[in-house]
Amino acid sequence: MYTILSNERICAGIYLMTVEGQFQEACMGQFYMLRAWNDVPVLSRPISIYNVENNSIQFLYKMAGEGTRLLAKLHEGDSIQLEGPLGHGFPDVKGRVALIGGGIGMAPLLYTAKQLDKPDIYLGFQDQSYLTEAFEPYSNKLVVQIGGSVLDDLDPSSYEYALVCGPLGMMKEAALRAEGLNTKMYVSLEKRMACGIGACYVCSVLNKNGHRKVCTDGPVFLAEEVDWHGQLSL
Amino acid sequence: MGSLACNIAGIPFINPIVMASGTFGFGQEYAKQYDINKLGGISSKGLTLEPRAGNSGTRVWETAGGMMNSVGLENPGIDAFLTEEMKFWETIEPVKIVNLGGSNIEEYVLGALKITKDTGERRKDHLRAVDMIELNISCPNVKEGGMAFGIKTNVAREVIREVRQATSLPLAVKLSPNAENIVEMAVMCEQEGADCVSLVNTFSGMKIDIHNRRSVFSNIYAGLSGPAIKPIALRMVHQVARQLSIPVMGMGGITSAADIIEFIMAGAEVVQVGTYNFMNLRAGEELLAGLQSLMLQENISSLDEIRGISY
Repeated sequence: MYTILSNERICAGIYLMTVEGQFQEACMGQFYMLRAWNDVPVLSRPISIYNVENNSIQFLYKMAGEGTRLLAKLHEGDSIQLEGPLGHGFPDVKGRVALIGGGIGMAPLLYTAKQLDKPDIYLGFQDQSYLTEAFEPYSNKLVVQIGGSVLDDLDPSSYEYALVCGPLGMMKEAALRAEGLNTKMYVSLEKRMACGIGACYVCSVLNKNGHRKVCTDGPVFLAEEVDWHGQLSL
Repeated sequence: MGSLACNIAGIPFINPIVMASGTFGFGQEYAKQYDINKLGGISSKGLTLEPRAGNSGTRVWETAGGMMNSVGLENPGIDAFLTEEMKFWETIEPVKIVNLGGSNIEEYVLGALKITKDTGERRKDHLRAVDMIELNISCPNVKEGGMAFGIKTNVAREVIREVRQATSLPLAVKLSPNAENIVEMAVMCEQEGADCVSLVNTFSGMKIDIHNRRSVFSNIYAGLSGPAIKPIALRMVHQVARQLSIPVMGMGGITSAADIIEFIMAGAEVVQVGTYNFMNLRAGEELLAGLQSLMLQENISSLDEIRGISY
């Protein structure tokens, strides 16, 4: 069990939780299974790593259902169980790198930006932006788009690597725009999970080589390997 | 400390805690969480003769006190299991149970033959091998076979008779709570030479997305498990166990040592733990410690002393 240092509401439905502890082993793009209840709901919640500091870890999350509603109710001093770090995160890429986030999909990109060498960062929001200032020190260029598609703000061909996390439709569109280019694009997928460690097979996604587990094979996949048609039907 | 030892068809279990099929993979993932050699047994992810991709679409949905799954037997197939996963199983001590699924009788029989042959070869080489087959006639998530065999006693009888002839390994039959008559089904399993029955598999359930106006599952129905089903599962184990002379593996919503004791009191020889593995990645280890202290507290010196005591 860990102790919550703070759990603040950033804006409507968006929360930032800081938990005390040593989490230096966590890699960019990985996640933890969070749990702060006994039997109900039965499952823990997979939440990606927003930031790691010397003595704490942060999770940026959107209140979307029963689990995240319970998480949002937690206060400083409350206990929380963290299992992780889990999954394969973003690769440590060098060169011309773009990080592209859509809405709450920005969550895993801050810690990623901190590990990389000042990438260009593109963040898109539906109606209001939040926490974009946190990305400034770690970006070469920071573009914030509100209302439109953040993908319209960049030319993928000018990057060697693009790391994307956002709504499924946006990631699919990003993958389409990168097709045939020399840009290596990685996407971070999201699925409902049960165990989080690869045993239950409920978070399978279709990949060009068959089914892959989001929890252990991902959550980060090469965009060109994702079967986007199958993915959308999942 | 109270004795936890159990026995099914001459196979000793160091304790009654067996991990249920589909919730524990083949054990490697959980071996990173705790020493799985503390477990009584492991039932494998459901295996079929050929690899299966499983169901498309949403595969999991939480419910009040439970969850539904619609994995649809995604698995690497028996051959891949025997060449790959068995390398790990050779290194571990719990009783090793292969959960065997199928779409038709031939598939079940060929699967059982392969596992039996492999076991014979491994034993010759003094290697650890599969200890038992758990015949899955009750998966609600595959269109053909699976649960189709688990509903009607006479249909199930044929499968069990054929598989019984195909294998010399101890044979458990995993029963569906969706069976027309689960007691009749269990009695038939005993008549056909099964060494054990395990129950219950998941209850067939449904979730409708009211915006899309259709089931969230591409297979329409899915299997309900977790604490929500425990009272019904316990009642079924009680009904079945008192009618049989072969042992019962009891399961359904176990999340505590007290739940284990309840199932033993209902007549189970051992229990299986399923959904709780998702709720607590160290479920096996914690249940074992809890069971030992609960037995001490309740003055239970061996499980034999309380087994079926509630009849």
